[in-house]
Order: sequence, then structure tokens, then C-alpha cells
Amino acid sequence: MAFAHTLGGTRYVFDDLRALMARATPFRSGDALAGVAAASAAERVAAQYALADLPLRHFLHEAVLPYEADDVTRLILDSHDTAAFAPVAHLTVGGFRDWLLAEADTAALTALAPGLTPEMVAAVSKIMRISDLVQVSQKCRVITRFRNTIGLPGRLSIRLQPNHPTDDARGVAASVLDGLMMGAGDAVIGVNPATDNIETVQRLLSMLDEVRARFDIPTQCCVLSHVTTTLLAMERGSPVDLVFQSIGGTQGVNESFGVSLALLAEAHDAARAQKRGENVMYFETGQGSALSADAHHGVDQQTIEARAYAVARQYAPLLVNTVVGFIGPEYLFDGKQILRAGMEDHFCGKLLGLPMGVDVCYTNHAEADQDDMDTLLTCLGVAGVTYIMGIPGADDVMLAYQSTSFHDGLYARAALGKRPAPEFEAWMERVGIGATEAIPAALSPALIGLS
Amino acid sequence: MLPSSLRRFTSARVGLGRVGTAQPSGAQLAFNAAHAAARDAVWSLLDTQALVAALPGPVLRVRSQARDRREYLLRPDLGRKLHPEDAAMLAGHAAPGSLVFLVADGLCATGVQAHAPALIRAVAPLLGLPLGPVVVAEQARVALGDAVGEALGAAAVAVLIGERPGLSATDSLGCYLTWAPRIGRTDAERNCISNIRPEGMPPAEAAPKLAWLVRAAMELGETGVALKDESPNVPLIAP
Repeated sequence: MAFAHTLGGTRYVFDDLRALMARATPFRSGDALAGVAAASAAERVAAQYALADLPLRHFLHEAVLPYEADDVTRLILDSHDTAAFAPVAHLTVGGFRDWLLAEADTAALTALAPGLTPEMVAAVSKIMRISDLVQVSQKCRVITRFRNTIGLPGRLSIRLQPNHPTDDARGVAASVLDGLMMGAGDAVIGVNPATDNIETVQRLLSMLDEVRARFDIPTQCCVLSHVTTTLLAMERGSPVDLVFQSIGGTQGVNESFGVSLALLAEAHDAARAQKRGENVMYFETGQGSALSADAHHGVDQQTIEARAYAVARQYAPLLVNTVVGFIGPEYLFDGKQILRAGMEDHFCGKLLGLPMGVDVCYTNHAEADQDDMDTLLTCLGVAGVTYIMGIPGADDVMLAYQSTSFHDGLYARAALGKRPAPEFEAWMERVGIGATEAIPAALSPALIGLS
Repeated sequence: MLPSSLRRFTSARVGLGRVGTAQPSGAQLAFNAAHAAARDAVWSLLDTQALVAALPGPVLRVRSQARDRREYLLRPDLGRKLHPEDAAMLAGHAAPGSLVFLVADGLCATGVQAHAPALIRAVAPLLGLPLGPVVVAEQARVALGDAVGEALGAAAVAVLIGERPGLSATDSLGCYLTWAPRIGRTDAERNCISNIRPEGMPPAEAAPKLAWLVRAAMELGETGVALKDESPNVPLIAP
């Protein structure tokens, strides 16, 4: 179905929903690279007008990717909850924005989540400003549990990311201890291994589990290997708390990651069978991955990103985060584009009912620096982001990019009056973290092989 | 014991101390200096004249279709395509059956400039097939090697290209080997040796590894996922 809007005497026509969504998207380099961005600023606003007039019901009748050709589309439409959708079923996209800002409260948004499709959420975000995204995100509440409780009001959790270029056990342990000393680690202690080698992954899993047990930390651990590697590690008896996987919003991008919906379901069942905790999945996403895998099919990168959240929510994850600035300047060119994308991703994930965190990050070939990250972190903190990353000095020495430091986590909590997950906070107090600059006796480095 | 004692276990920025919730000025400035070096490295240009002088044998020079650094960063597709004039020039230097080295700036010219000549000189005597012309390319992505190799009729192309700089290393060289290079080959059809630099994998250690991969590719008739790197393992030097 074609859409049109006349602006300043020019009539702009958009061939289908896919084109309308793409042209309405605030500018970013990835959409230009894909050739789907609006040709002018005026065309973009015309598309936003046309999108605002579109009834939300329309998204149940026109898919951006054909039902027959894409299993993510099938998942979205087959799992749509009509009863939950009812309170907003009469609204247009523009009316939905007004409702979100003026009327919706936490209870209404929680009940609505299964009635929303990713495309509805992406569409409304395209006509919202940063302050709109912040205000609505603040009203969302998503609570998940493993060894502690994540997402309670007034809390901000941190994934401790102790990566090491050669997966050296003592190198990883040193970063873990440094992070714990600064209050990081309540979301997860999660290592990206330098290789997907199964023996290395098993060694890291055992080592992290041992550190957690020795220090008696109420948190969960994860080695972020490919889902098939983690499945094998579970089969071989390794202690697996969370199963990690990168996912995307089209069947093609998931195939490029070497995963299918059936494989994710299998991994979810296997992790639940370990009986170690309630929410057992950890997913990462990020705008641009589908274009990078040549699996975008002319859909704009933000809409595809929101579709990845429909995949994620199928498996009741403990944690989901967009790795917003990692992908590079051909998808998000500078600090402004990374800021916008990070706020959109957080908003869309939360509205769809996910425990949404953000890796506030950039690479050295993007036009961005620490000031841009401070701005995004502060905006996300006000918006109520579930968790952020914590990395020694913001410098990931294995992945060669910059994310938020342990210090940034302290800053965000202090500036915004946020606290760690309650179980973790009580543990910090018990072992004496923050009381003095010195490492407390309960966290003696010798206990974890550092002497 | 103070957290600063953790520094001896990792190159990560642990034990920095703090002022309020922030990093002390010294740590913050050290970070800024490392970021500045990485940023400058991304925008660094190949000194092609010096590079050509340092490389062995006949050297050809080509460009991609990306006209400048900004376009290169925004349009990876253009960095994979050979400038039309250069495609015609290469056709006049056909080197059938040879291994062609493509020395490319990639995301950082520093490491290419510093380490590519040493690697080529070290590996040349170890190769089981003739060495074709060395080609120097500007504003190039890895897949430009497919176009260059195809134009020269090469048996294989080894692309030596600058890797994205991190805060701890701004001179890392990557080596991508592709058997029977043709436009349209995918990354799954290449073998890679990464982090080639004195503090990572020194060129003298990368050379036998590359020679092993070339011999294995000749026997197998392909590179990529089918070719598992089983070369004798040289341990990485811990940073």
C-alpha cells in the first residue's frame, strides 16, 4: 500500500510501509549506505507526517518483510496478543505518541507490551524527541531474576566486563576484583572470550564460578561464546548460569550469526534445566547488523533492531543490551547518531517488555569521544536504563573499543540517586566495599589466585 | 592491599584510584592521549613513496573508488572496488599463478607502513609459488584484493592491511589470504592472521604461519573455513 503527504506544495509518495518507515527515520549513515534514507530533510518530515496518521492496526496487516519469507515476521504476528492491544487499537501512530506521554502509566504499559509489535514501537519512536523517549521509558518497569533482582525502581545495575586479550585467568580475575571494588557486577560478570575455543570457554566458566563462590557474590556469571559452544559446555558439565547470543531482527541476520529460533529455544530449555536461576538468557543486539550481513531487505536499521527485541522477548531473558556504538561509522557516524540510536533502542526494548541495558560505546574510527558517552549515559540514566557496562578505565583491551568505566557507573548512580540491585548492595555492605580504599579482607586477591 | 596492586596481572586499566566518583587527572589524561593517538592513526595517510622504496621487487600503485578518508569510512562498498583506470593498468601486468601481495592502508596506515615490508621480505623465501608484483593500495578494504588478484590472474592474494586501532595498539597489521581471488568472494573464503606487530605477533613469527597457510591452500585448492590453521603454534607474547 502506498502512502503520501504534501508538504510545502510538494507531494511525497512512499511505495509501502517499509519505505515509509525508512524515510521517516532520523538521519543515520547506515540508512544512507543502504540507500533507504530520505533524500531530503523535507521528505523525512513528510514521511513522519504520513507515519503519524497511520492507524496502529495497519501494522497487523502489512509487514515490512513478508510473512512467508521471514521467521521473525511470523514470530511477531503469530505471538501478537490482541486483547493486550485493545486499549490502543483505535489510535494512530501520532495518537499513540500522545497517549504514551499524557496518559499511560506503569501498569498500563506493562499490560500493553504483548499487544505491541516492534514495528509499532519503532514507528512511534521515529516521531519522538529524546525527551519524549526519556519520559516514556521512565514509566516502563521490567523486573528479572537470577541470583539477584534486576530492574527495581531506583536501581541501576552494571555488567562487569573483565575481558583480557589472551583470556588469561589472572588477568580476568584482576579486572573482576577491581570492578567489584567499585560496585560493578550486579547485572552479570560477563567475559567476551578472545576465541570461541570450547576448552577456553569451559576454563573461563569454571574460573568465574569459583570467584563468585569464593566471594559469595549474589550475582550471575556468563562467558559470551556462541550459543552452540555454550550448549556443548553445558553438556560437558560446566557451570553455566546464562546462555548468551547475539541476535538480529531478520531471519537472514540470525542465520549469519549461526542461529535459528529453534536453536535459541533449545538453549533456553537446556539452561532452565540447569536449575540455577529463573531468567537464563542474555542477548546482545545493535543497529546495522542486518545491513552488515546483507540481510536487511530494504528495511531501515532501527526498525530491524526493534524486531530483534521480538526475538529476545520470546525467551524471557535476564538481560538484553544494544551494543550501540560498536558497529562503526558506516552505520552510526558520530556521537549524535549514536546518542539517538541508544535512546531509541532503550525505549523500544522497554516498551516491548525487555530488561533493557545499553553498551554506551564507540570505536576509534567513529566521530565520538568521552563527552558523547557521558551525554548518552546521563540521558539513559534519567530514562531508567536497566544496566550499563563496567570496564576498567573504559578501555576494552580485548575488543579494542571504549565503553563505560567502573567510574562511570559510580558517577551515574551518584548523580541520579540510583543504587545497585538490593541483594548485591547488601553484599557490598557486608564485605566492606567502599569503606576504605584498600581491598577488604573478605575479597583477598589470594582467594582467587592473585598473589 | 590497594587495588593498584592488581596492575601487574593485566594490561587493562585497573587500580586507577578515584577522585569522588571520577578518575584522577593523570589517568584521564593518559586515556585522552591514547585516544588521540588512535584517532590520528585512523586519519593517517600512507607515505606511499617511502613504502614503495621499502618493498621488494616491482611495485604497482592502485586506488579504490573511495575518494577520501571520510568517504572511505562511510562507504565500505567503495573501498572494495578498484578505480577503473587502475583495473586497466593491472591488466598489463598479468602474473598468472603467482602470489600477489596487496599492501593496503585499511583503517590505520601506521602498522602497514612499519611492518608490511618486513613481513613480505621474511615470507618471500618460504613460499612454494612465484611472487607476483607487490601492489600498494590507498583507501582500501580487504575485498579490494579480490579485484586486484583477479585483474592480475593471481593464484592467491595476501592482503596486508591496517587494523582498526585500539587504545593500546595503533600499529596492528592484519593479513588476509584468499585463494583464486575473484570479485564477490566472501570473508568465509579467507584465512586471517591478525594483530601482527612487535608486541603482538611479530612479523618474523607471522611469516612462517603465512607460508604454512599458502602451502595448505595450494594443496587444498581453497582458503577459508575449509582450511583449518594447524600451523605449529607460536605463543602470543603477553602484552
